[in-house]
Amino acid sequence: MVSFTKPKIRRKNEPTNDIGLIRSDYDGAMSTLCAGCGHDSVTAAMGRAFFELAIEPYRAVKVSGIGCSSKTTTYFMSQAHGNNTVHGRMPAVATGAMAANADLTYIGVSGDGDSLSIGLGQLVHAMRRNVNMLYMLENNGVYGLTKGQFSAAADIGSTAKKGGANEMAPIDPCALALSVGATFVARSFSGDKEQLVNLIKAGLKHKGFAIIDVTSPCVSFNDHKGSTKSYEHTFKYYHKAVHADYVPPSAEIRASYEDGETMPIELHDGGVINLRKLDNGYDPTDRASAFSKVLESGQSDEILTGLLYIDETTKDMTTRKNLPKRALNTIDYAELNPGANKMAGLMKEFG
Amino acid sequence: MKPTDTSDPDYFHKVVDCQWACPAHTPVPAYIRLISQGKYSDAYMLNRASNVFPGILGRVCDRPCEPACRRTRVEEEPVAICRLKRVAADHRGDITDRLPKKPKNTNGKKIALVGAGPASFTVANDLAPLGYECTIFEKFEKPGGLMRTNIPAFRLPEDVLMEELGYILDMGVDLKLGSPVNSMKELLKEGYDAIFVGTGAAKGKDLRLPGRDEASNIHIGIEWLESVAFEHIEKIGKKVLIIGVGNTAMDCCRTSLRLGANDVKVMARKPRAFFKASPWELEDAEEENVEILVNHSPKAFVHKGGRLTGMTFDLMEYDIDSSGRIVDQKIVGETTIPCDDVILAIGQNNAFPWIEETCGIEFDKWDVPVVDKVTFESTQKGVFFGGDSAFGPLNIIWAVQHGHEAAISIHKYCQGESLTERRPDKLTLEPTKMGMFEWSYNNSFDDSERREMDHVALTERFASLGTEVELGFSPEKIATEVQRCLNCDMQTVFDAPKCTECDACIDICPVECLTLAPPAEEAVLREAVSAANDDQALFISDELKFTGRVMLKDEDVCLHCGLCAERCPTAAWDMQEGIVTIHHAGDQELDEIFEAAE
Repeated sequence: MVSFTKPKIRRKNEPTNDIGLIRSDYDGAMSTLCAGCGHDSVTAAMGRAFFELAIEPYRAVKVSGIGCSSKTTTYFMSQAHGNNTVHGRMPAVATGAMAANADLTYIGVSGDGDSLSIGLGQLVHAMRRNVNMLYMLENNGVYGLTKGQFSAAADIGSTAKKGGANEMAPIDPCALALSVGATFVARSFSGDKEQLVNLIKAGLKHKGFAIIDVTSPCVSFNDHKGSTKSYEHTFKYYHKAVHADYVPPSAEIRASYEDGETMPIELHDGGVINLRKLDNGYDPTDRASAFSKVLESGQSDEILTGLLYIDETTKDMTTRKNLPKRALNTIDYAELNPGANKMAGLMKEFG
Repeated sequence: MKPTDTSDPDYFHKVVDCQWACPAHTPVPAYIRLISQGKYSDAYMLNRASNVFPGILGRVCDRPCEPACRRTRVEEEPVAICRLKRVAADHRGDITDRLPKKPKNTNGKKIALVGAGPASFTVANDLAPLGYECTIFEKFEKPGGLMRTNIPAFRLPEDVLMEELGYILDMGVDLKLGSPVNSMKELLKEGYDAIFVGTGAAKGKDLRLPGRDEASNIHIGIEWLESVAFEHIEKIGKKVLIIGVGNTAMDCCRTSLRLGANDVKVMARKPRAFFKASPWELEDAEEENVEILVNHSPKAFVHKGGRLTGMTFDLMEYDIDSSGRIVDQKIVGETTIPCDDVILAIGQNNAFPWIEETCGIEFDKWDVPVVDKVTFESTQKGVFFGGDSAFGPLNIIWAVQHGHEAAISIHKYCQGESLTERRPDKLTLEPTKMGMFEWSYNNSFDDSERREMDHVALTERFASLGTEVELGFSPEKIATEVQRCLNCDMQTVFDAPKCTECDACIDICPVECLTLAPPAEEAVLREAVSAANDDQALFISDELKFTGRVMLKDEDVCLHCGLCAERCPTAAWDMQEGIVTIHHAGDQELDEIFEAAE
């Protein structure tokens, strides 16, 4: 018999979050991606992060472009707002939406094709503007939806499922982000939920542009022996540099920062990201050091993961441009339209 | 940490909670699937192979399967397993040509079976087709044992009882009615190759309180029910008190209503949580407006000139601790409740006045025979016990299981084989994948609630003692109820070397019963997957090739929806039908043939 719908079941004693919802309240439609796709795992991690942060789904916005990864906004948090935009244009739509309502939580979901080829210009300018959103870049090194051509993220020497090795230099999303001023740069792996869920939570709570480059294997076209983005290869060379824990605003937890190995980064919402360095001499608040570390790891097989760089001081777009903190549709007409006299005054000022 | 050994036949069997809980290990999900396909006769035969009396048990089984049902992990009510068993029996076609037959020649071995109840009939059912000459001795003029004498006809109609007993009699079993065995010593001399005692626990307990000997109209429950069954008693007073709150008490109060009583009270010594009766029997009695009074401890029978006029009770109060146990009790008052009749339903005992002390059959200090728990043999070689007569009062389905086991022993005894060398249970796994998104069972979760049984209207049901109250399930109810079964016998089978640790199964699982974790002690791993029920297994795989982590599965909450297998890119998870083989007398000697074939 046919059934491919995840049944919604409320178990006895099922844990609820602070607003009384259960984990499956953050589920969406059934995924139509290939069985075993890394993206489905990232989707689950996003659902879990929103659940654990107890964000009301209707207070969240999911935006995406085109591609396998961009389809996944449908597969979680079906009660949230969403926009599946034109190929590579998700950052512009997110920026516009942010200008209209800065009071929601924004998550963009994209892939290496959507972000690093057709949408590259869009991505870097969203980072420059420091739009307050989390940008998930589900990176599998190939165009999965068109049967596995190399993407701009393919490593030199990585082979296609049928055919030769890639010879062009890859675009490293983390190096790119550091070079254009992103304020939260992380790398993770769909196969490490523990790290990924924590990074997503931290990224959502970071005020500014957060990007997580998630290695997310394409099980159909890039999970073979010669691939550098297969499950086997990623598990083998996976290296955790910095562990990040998001701690919500709460006095009791603040007391435990004393440990010398952890570095608390205070967030604008009063919460804290606790950074636990697993590599000695690595400072994730030093952009130059992070940049060189990322470049170094790019020269080796090692896949450097964790919260690689964070900067809580740079103003995000809304603050810098002095945009309304609340939704435009909640501002009444009189306030929104200062009237003809005011307009005349303004004209005079520039006249 | 040790990886789970799923080759132990009990491992997957235990996952099928209903089948594991059933003393006869009836393959419940398998027969429910047959019902869902309209194969009622097949469902009946599958039932019959393990529990022998599907029509009877489909009405009056004690249902150990239902409280165990996995469905109760996600909602309150289990699948109506018992009612579906009755569906198989009600809707079956003519199955007589599929029943075991009397062989052309007997094997010359003669077996005496004492008492014509479910235990003896099961032994005969298993042995007669093998050529044994079985003779059942019954003291009453009609067979059935407690199924006839203690279960009123409005719950178990006589024709249902007789039809299923008839199937066994047709195998060439000799039933001697009105033939009580009065001496074991004499029976032992009659040259039987083996003797089986299935006489039940037919002695109801008395209540020795002041006034007991002087007052009339005090009845012992099971004896009274017996007299009603044989039409020796046809009426009772208007006001009746039932002492005790077990299933016999429920039968007594409901029978009273049919014999003319209009004010029936069941008197319980303790609060409701301590009632022995099955919840559904309580429900059925209360539906008939039987009043159940708690915390009334019987004190004395009140009578006037030898005629019972009422009963005095101490009013009790109990201290109950957090785990629900009574830690203290006190008497807080006294009350007298007027009545015309009292029925005592406070338990029953085995009684073997016909077994002489010199027979070689030992009894323990409670006068219960010493019976081996595996072979059911008594201390006298060749004499076996089963049903309530073996270990005290249980129920029909246990009697059936005792019968099966005793039959194996009798067979081995008569063939000169060791009684203890019995074929172990077996579990085979069969693939169920039919294609993309297709399995050989309906893997979708149906969130329908349990269907209620329709009953004959209250105004009609008291007219005759034989009016069966339960009407059986309508086609619509059958169609819904069968889909509530979770198909727990469709096992999740994990092949560790195939796993690529992609997390797909973990993410899709609707009850979050899977995870990957570094190897650790079981207690730590249980925490990793939030496995709370220690009675259910935690599956731990071998270490996986990429990270050395292990796959964990909490068998307690799995709904067998198959989505893990559906989402697995390498078929490391697969859904396979686990078929449990419980051996009976008929397949004991085939060991060598089976083993050669395996």
